[in-house]
Amino acid sequence: MTYALHFGLTVLACWLTAQVLARSTWTWRSPRVAIVCWQAVGLAAGLAAMGLPMALGLAAYDLPTGSALWALAEELRRGAWPAGVTPLQLGLIGLGCGIGVVLFTTTLRSLHSAVRAQRRHRDLLTLVARQDPTVPGALVLDHPSAAAYCLPGVRPRVVVSAGTLDLLDQAELAAVLTHERAHAQERHDLVLLPFTALRRVLPWLRWVRDAHERVALLVEMRADDKARERHAEAPLAGALRRFAAAGDRITPAGTLGIGDRDLELRVHRLLESGRPPRLVGAAALAVTTTLVALPVSLFLS
Amino acid sequence: MTRLGELERAVMDVLWDLLPGRSDGLMVREVVDALAGRELAYTTVLTVLDRLAGKGMVRREREGRAWRYRAAASREAHIAKLMLDALDLGGSRDAALVRFARSVTGTEAEVLRAALSAAGEPSAPASPATPAPPATPADPITSAPPVTPTVPATPAAKAPEH
Repeated sequence: MTYALHFGLTVLACWLTAQVLARSTWTWRSPRVAIVCWQAVGLAAGLAAMGLPMALGLAAYDLPTGSALWALAEELRRGAWPAGVTPLQLGLIGLGCGIGVVLFTTTLRSLHSAVRAQRRHRDLLTLVARQDPTVPGALVLDHPSAAAYCLPGVRPRVVVSAGTLDLLDQAELAAVLTHERAHAQERHDLVLLPFTALRRVLPWLRWVRDAHERVALLVEMRADDKARERHAEAPLAGALRRFAAAGDRITPAGTLGIGDRDLELRVHRLLESGRPPRLVGAAALAVTTTLVALPVSLFLS
Repeated sequence: MTRLGELERAVMDVLWDLLPGRSDGLMVREVVDALAGRELAYTTVLTVLDRLAGKGMVRREREGRAWRYRAAASREAHIAKLMLDALDLGGSRDAALVRFARSVTGTEAEVLRAALSAAGEPSAPASPATPAPPATPADPITSAPPVTPTVPATPAAKAPEH
């Protein structure tokens, strides 16, 4: 029962940490630390969600979950009904395994479909995008809407639309391209992938949605930081403002997409950035590492 | 870009840029002639066209003992499709792209989707379509793409004025 309690507390602690992380503003000043924290919370929550039903089902063994699972497997292999395990408990163990399998396969499926979509996109880009002397190393799509994005992969592509070329000046454009290359270099697509996958399995869970949106914003902020290192704040903030305004001008009454509140946040952050909060960051890392260590140690012992 | 990718692009450019006067499609020989500067072998061009047909980029019709090839969709329709992905309006929930920022309005989304749904009909008349004002501008992202197969591709969405 103690082990089940441990897992239960881990789930609770993950939920609480996620609440705190989603509300804190220090995360904007050190996005990279915050991203690692979110990843740790996600991993811990997944493991604990598997472990909780398993530990309940394995209560009869009075062993840590890992050893108890081995003992159960041993008995089942010998063809004996495990002593002291009721059918209900066996069901709970199955449920735990099922959660693990679902989490794993969804992530794999997400990866697979992302890679396929990327290949399709890349093939089409080869046929219709052009190179332009004003943006060396990037591809241009002849379309009046404004978009700038990165197609990640082993050979990443940075793409801007003709609308973006019209919208931004040279300095702003250079900042945007650095931002996109940062996405490609740090494989932010892979950072986002597990959160996208989780959101796909549990679309109705508010905090899963929050986690995904938070991490997506943090990834942008991290890339903003890389662009700022090379080009200073002004061009990047200018580019973000122009993107926000371009949508604003054509849309009549506050019908902007979800991304637009985030644009404001990012501009605001660039203009009045403080120093990264080392102490808070270290504390958050310590807490989230402990969160991961709890379920891992129970599974390994 | 790989050499094969570059060849495919050159062949598609021929099909797209020569086709307006030749709506019935081009013979392989005509494509080879249009690419005369590259001194490509007939079989090379044939292979590239077959590859493109396999990818669904090119349609072919038999004429006597030979085939006629034409682009399956206009260049603009393909660009519109990429832009839908880029602006996160494609309805895909895969984390395939990472975006800097996007600026899109309900009208733009409608036009892009119209262009996409017309992608399968490259022979549709190219009359200027007036994009209808968005019915539900509040939520251009989650609403299902409207099926408007009669609207021809109109890539001329409103440009962000600058």
